[in-house]
Amino acid sequence: MPSSGALTLSSMTHVFGAGPEAVTAVVDISIDVPGGQFASIIGRSGCGKTTLFNIVAGLLTPSRGRVLLDGEDITGRAGFVAYMLQKDLLLPWRTIIENVVLGLELSGVSKRTSWPKALPLLQRYGLGGFENSFPSALSGGMRQRAALLRTLLCERDVILLDEPFGALDAQTRISMQEWLLGLWKDFGRTVVLVTHDVDEAIFMSDRVYVLSPRPGRLKSVIEVDLPRPRSRSIMTSGKFSQLKERCMQLLFEDDPAPPTLN
Amino acid sequence: MVEISQTASAIDERHTARPNQQPRKPRRGVVVRVERRWPRPVILGCQFGILAGILLWWESGARAGWIDPFFWSQPSAIWSAGVTFVTRWSALYDTWFTVSSTLIGFVVGTAGGAAIGLSFWWSRNIAEIFEPYVIVFNAVPKLAFAPLIILIFGIGIASKIALSIALTMVIAILAAYSGVKAVDEDLVRMMYALGGRKYQIFFKAVVPSVLPWVVSSMRINIGLALAGTIVGEFVSSKYGLGKLIMYAGSTYDMSLIWVGIIVLSTVAVLMYGAVSRLERVLLRGVHASTG
Repeated sequence: MPSSGALTLSSMTHVFGAGPEAVTAVVDISIDVPGGQFASIIGRSGCGKTTLFNIVAGLLTPSRGRVLLDGEDITGRAGFVAYMLQKDLLLPWRTIIENVVLGLELSGVSKRTSWPKALPLLQRYGLGGFENSFPSALSGGMRQRAALLRTLLCERDVILLDEPFGALDAQTRISMQEWLLGLWKDFGRTVVLVTHDVDEAIFMSDRVYVLSPRPGRLKSVIEVDLPRPRSRSIMTSGKFSQLKERCMQLLFEDDPAPPTLN
Repeated sequence: MVEISQTASAIDERHTARPNQQPRKPRRGVVVRVERRWPRPVILGCQFGILAGILLWWESGARAGWIDPFFWSQPSAIWSAGVTFVTRWSALYDTWFTVSSTLIGFVVGTAGGAAIGLSFWWSRNIAEIFEPYVIVFNAVPKLAFAPLIILIFGIGIASKIALSIALTMVIAILAAYSGVKAVDEDLVRMMYALGGRKYQIFFKAVVPSVLPWVVSSMRINIGLALAGTIVGEFVSSKYGLGKLIMYAGSTYDMSLIWVGIIVLSTVAVLMYGAVSRLERVLLRGVHASTG
């Protein structure tokens, strides 16, 4: 396990706007992800997941708090953390291989170096034979694979994923989750997954951070001590159900009780 | 009712509103009729038939006297005027003059306009400063400047090119600017996160995404460039098809006017066809959907 890639958020607070119309998105969130771990952030809509995502990606400077990568302050600076969204954002005029090497290309790596590096990975991770296809010829799952490989290839210690499989159908999503776990093991990067899917969060992570909405606060941290490597059969185990039960309870406990009827 | 209230707590039973449960009218449905397609030769035959009919009606009308050939001329006279025009040495030169002015104006106007529109991506503030100027320039009837442009650039080809550029550039600016505004912000941010510099993002993402917008303005612009050139020739010129038509008009040579219009239309159709072909070539790289 590489020791680099430890990500720390210290007492993160962000307020949009100012004065009476100010909206507090997240309040005092502290998160500590050791290098090489898989962490998930879950919460219902309005819990500031996207704000937190943008802060960690360096696209947004928080009102208060710092982002540390291996102890170095990277608050408000992009280019340290690679990320991937629900949209694959593949360039439609580039072939799959040209899309996958984009990150390397942007950091000045020549085609002669990047292609031999990327081609075997495409073979290994289920995109073999598609390297010269255009994204429009691929299914949603395949496109997300290409997008994820592009993210992983650009050699960042931390990978941030925002609902990466949210647009896929339920069966494809499960196979993509298993596929991602395989990649994570191979690449040994720190992964932070933002999701609303409780199953996905528990199945993939070492640790699940549960946020409460309006404004987003860290409600609880759940350690997922399921053995690895995990396969999808674990999702029906008793231990998994207990963890899921706890997550659900945390997510929904603020809801007003249903009206009693008779 | 009881079952619903037990399972879905989000339904507030204190309200009595319910979906309409009344019996509906019986449905009748619609039969979708599909027109049967005629064979290609039949379509072509009809198209030629219409043209021949118009010419025949025109010619016979002029001969019978219920169309005044002094104003309307007639196909046979136009044909002989056309033969005279083609055999005269200046026919080719007039056509070339108009075509070259149109093409130069089209290329410079479209490329320059696209470059200006694309440059608005670099700074939102600059874009905002120039936006009203572009909108006003778009609204101004540029052909009204023709006499002024002729005075500044002379009666040679330069003034015709200038008019064509004036007409085409603003269209390309607006098209490219719309394209720039439609560039996916998430894509730009992701490329920054992948370690891209601004110029890299510009050339690798912005230019290719704006290209279809510029290309779609090209079909309009080839027509506008021709219009600019013709108007320039109308106002004052030594050569060109516009000058030919103007000259024919001032000497009441209706047949020659028709010849000018026919040559001009042919040239316009050919250039439009060429631009459509260019469009396909340019978009092949962008909308590449077949591997």
